[in-house]
Amino acid sequence: MELIEAIILSVLAASTPLLLAATGELVAERSGVLNLGVEGMMIVGAACGFGGAWLTGSIIIGALCGMLAGVLMSLLFAAMALGLAVNQVATGLALTIFGVGLSGLIGARFVGERITPAPHLQIPFVTDIPLIGRILFGEDAFVYLSLALVAAVWWFLYRTRAGLILRACGDNHVSAHALGYPVLKIRMYAVMFGGACAGLAGAYLPLAYTPFFIPGMTAGRGWIALALTVFASWLPGRLVIGAYLFGAVTILQLHAQGAGIGIPSQFMSSLPYLATVIVLVLLSRARTGGSTAPAALGTVFVPDR
Amino acid sequence: MQLILEKRAERSKIVALVSPLIAIGLTIVTMTILFMVLGKNPISALYVYFIVPLTDGYSLQEIAVKATPLVMIAIGLSLCYLANAWNIGAEGQFLMGAVAGSWIAVKTQGTEAGHWVLPAMLLLGAIAGALYALIPAICKVRFGASEILTSLMLVYVADLLLDYLVRGPWRDPQGFNFPTTAEFDPVATVPTLIEGGRLHLGSILALIVVAAGAVLLGKTIKGFEIRVVGAAPRAARFGGFNANQLILLTFAISGALAGLAGIIEVAGPVGHLQPGISPGYGFTAIIVAFLGRLNPIGILIAGLFLALTFIGGEQAQITMKIPLDVTKVFQGILLFYVLACDSLILYRFRIVSSSPQVARGAH
Repeated sequence: MELIEAIILSVLAASTPLLLAATGELVAERSGVLNLGVEGMMIVGAACGFGGAWLTGSIIIGALCGMLAGVLMSLLFAAMALGLAVNQVATGLALTIFGVGLSGLIGARFVGERITPAPHLQIPFVTDIPLIGRILFGEDAFVYLSLALVAAVWWFLYRTRAGLILRACGDNHVSAHALGYPVLKIRMYAVMFGGACAGLAGAYLPLAYTPFFIPGMTAGRGWIALALTVFASWLPGRLVIGAYLFGAVTILQLHAQGAGIGIPSQFMSSLPYLATVIVLVLLSRARTGGSTAPAALGTVFVPDR
Repeated sequence: MQLILEKRAERSKIVALVSPLIAIGLTIVTMTILFMVLGKNPISALYVYFIVPLTDGYSLQEIAVKATPLVMIAIGLSLCYLANAWNIGAEGQFLMGAVAGSWIAVKTQGTEAGHWVLPAMLLLGAIAGALYALIPAICKVRFGASEILTSLMLVYVADLLLDYLVRGPWRDPQGFNFPTTAEFDPVATVPTLIEGGRLHLGSILALIVVAAGAVLLGKTIKGFEIRVVGAAPRAARFGGFNANQLILLTFAISGALAGLAGIIEVAGPVGHLQPGISPGYGFTAIIVAFLGRLNPIGILIAGLFLALTFIGGEQAQITMKIPLDVTKVFQGILLFYVLACDSLILYRFRIVSSSPQVARGAH
């Protein structure tokens, strides 16, 4: 029983950064922008988040530093992809290459340092309920925040006028522009939201997942988050399922390695990446009748006047 | 007053010519600021980065050695990008080529195997790279899965496979438990061009690849098809060009070149298989491809330039204690500026008075 509890707890923890980053990217993609720089924004968020928390001793300030770093990175992307109408794929790649170097530069002085990780919720008696107590009422704040964020994004996209306009920009930017909506400005806000989420997701890693910073600690999670938006068919609800599924694969391979089932650890470690490929193939295949992707996703828009 | 972007009537030839130079200039300005922030003297830092490696024979050879994989991979990637196929997993194809080629070297170690070993290794490396690149290409063509994500995921898988092999079955028994194969036999090693030097036969191969790329793109129907499919997909459809077939072809070529670069790196400068054989060649080659404007000759120049920054970065670390990550930041910034300047070939800025905007805004 305790093993199951431990596994579920670690699955939730491993899924949270994926869910945070994917939620932000989903909003950006719904507005029609494909930002491939999630990994770069996350890794800079991790370095800045750890730096903020280590210097001030506050997890909250650390998380805010991570978000700010993510927003600044996303503004760089917006200036290029929206302001200068540069190819979004190439710009996103540049953002990731730049981010990996920058985070190494920022994080170099933090390597080897430790902080007290984010505290877990502790409600007297309730958290002590066997099995479900710690799982439901004993997480760190980020876990609850990520779930609240998905709900908020769902509400925003489907229950508000602003959300409808944002989706309109993603499906047909020419029509949205003709109706008088500032397509580029809306997309910029969506990209900034994506940056804040990616920065927070990156900061989660050194603030709560492991209480120290190592260069390259995002280890491709930003790319998996990108795959998750495809997996979820750009629907917020399915994002939760996808993120927890991937978190589960990550954790179960660790436990399988620990149990010593005789399969080389490298093969188990490659499972999350292979799973991403397989899932992408299966989902894309199931969807040949018509794509659910935002119709204008990844296309350049220059308003004519 | 407002600054807006508008499409030019036609490509600006002048901007097309000077844009890489402007990008490099802006990057150097940005680097100067970065060095000052880091508390280093920017003049001497830039001198160490860009001038010192050009002043001695050893560094010049080393630049050619580093440029070899960059140029080979970037030529292949440029074909993909021209065809609007986004292979960003060249790093994985590079590693797979290295692994497959090394298999022959490991299996023939200490035997009487003759001079067929090296050509067989290079061939197998190229084939393995091509096959590995075809996985995302087939997933794209058959199932519509994003080639960007699948090709990138396979980088991690290749990295782990290499790690497994050199820690497990292929580990050198006399290697003091280091994760590495034994040093390759002389027949399994790429010969150097100068006695006792570092420059090797692979650099000649890279030049041949550049020439072949230029001929393919400039003189053949396939090259024309690749360019049309990327630049004008509708026109290509009317022309009866098979876009899917071109995705498979460009992925296979770029995978083969990346795999070849991988096995040359292992059988040449490194001399054995070990983790960390690539300081991110597959990713840096993306920058090389764009900096070279997806043009073979441009890529050759861009490859040499980025190789210079690798060597300069190493020297700056040794002599001025500047962290190696500065080189990655430099490469990222350079790619940003290249893309931004390229945008000005197709678009231009215009200052408009904001009054009509106000009128438009009051809808």
